[in-house]
Amino acid sequence: MADPIHQFELKPIFSLGRIGGSEIVFTNASLFMFGAVALVTLLTMLATRNRAVVPGRLQSLVEMSYEFVASTVRSSAGNEGMRFFPFVFSLFMFILILNLFGMIPGGFTVTSHIIITFALAALVIGTVIVYGFWKHGLHFLHLFVPSGVPVYILPLVTAIEVISFLSRPISLSVRLFANMLAGHITLKVFAGFIGMLASGLGALGWVVGVLPLAMTIALTGLEFLVAVLQAYVFTILTCIYLNDALHPGH
Amino acid sequence: MAAGFAMNGDDAGSEGGRGSGPTSEGDLSARLKRLEAQLDQRREAAPGPRQRVEDSTSGPSAIGRAFRLSTEFVAGVIAGGGLGWLFDRLLGTSPWGLIVFLLLGFAAGTFNVVRAAGAQKSSDASGGSKPQKE
Repeated sequence: MADPIHQFELKPIFSLGRIGGSEIVFTNASLFMFGAVALVTLLTMLATRNRAVVPGRLQSLVEMSYEFVASTVRSSAGNEGMRFFPFVFSLFMFILILNLFGMIPGGFTVTSHIIITFALAALVIGTVIVYGFWKHGLHFLHLFVPSGVPVYILPLVTAIEVISFLSRPISLSVRLFANMLAGHITLKVFAGFIGMLASGLGALGWVVGVLPLAMTIALTGLEFLVAVLQAYVFTILTCIYLNDALHPGH
Repeated sequence: MAAGFAMNGDDAGSEGGRGSGPTSEGDLSARLKRLEAQLDQRREAAPGPRQRVEDSTSGPSAIGRAFRLSTEFVAGVIAGGGLGWLFDRLLGTSPWGLIVFLLLGFAAGTFNVVRAAGAQKSSDASGGSKPQKE
């Protein structure tokens, strides 16, 4: 019961056959991801079905999330960045719902698996690279050559810029993954203390167990904050990187 | 990234022409233009929420900011190390590629941190009129 890693275990639900040497399995992670996509789609479609001028609760919820993401995109990638709005909005809602699914007791936190977050980050950086080269051609490489640098240290600065660019998907994915993983482990460890105290110390344990219980409640609140905040941080960094694709050479 | 924040002002002005679509009815396009102009005015007049969004880029807490900066640094070192390892593997120059690229990765990580912190600073500065609460 006190194993804090157990909650991240992937459980196969059914097999989809084999490709090459490896088995393709539909796991609980796949289930939760399909659930998140279904929930976001249903929510936005149901909420905008009536299209009332004075929005109801559901409609204003969806309108607020639209406004929020739109203002984030505008403020960090400018109005040209709005062409990426569908992409950024899908990313934000997907990550947000997955993070919040993790807060349901007995739920599964898909974003605590680095392969998921890295795939999302690679998607973002791939978009930046493909769009940058498609829009600006080789001019996109100006991103790596800052202006106003003396020629003799230019190769060094360029190498550092390239490594800095390559580190972006790593920092983007590690940040989301580590936050979710660490938060859920901490939560589980503190919750485990309650049971251990109660079973180990008897009546005294029940009294002292109030302390980790209070901590668990506080951490649950913090985890909700982290879940929303990390979705937002991922989104705003996506916008900042997309801005580089729109305007290289700054 | 600091430049990215600074250039929003220029962009807001250049969107006026977007509303006039290919429609032939002058009335409709005039109405669209008027709506666009009104929206522009709204956006200009209400910088409040936008500024607030920028201020909280790094999260509301010092922990959030510290976490952001530390991952930026670690990611730089990892990227440099990985690149060096790949370099050595492909060219058989072990261990020189790893040494050189790890050092470069260290520099890139430091650079990342400075840039991330600088972006926070400059967004603070652009919100100038509003007192910063830390």
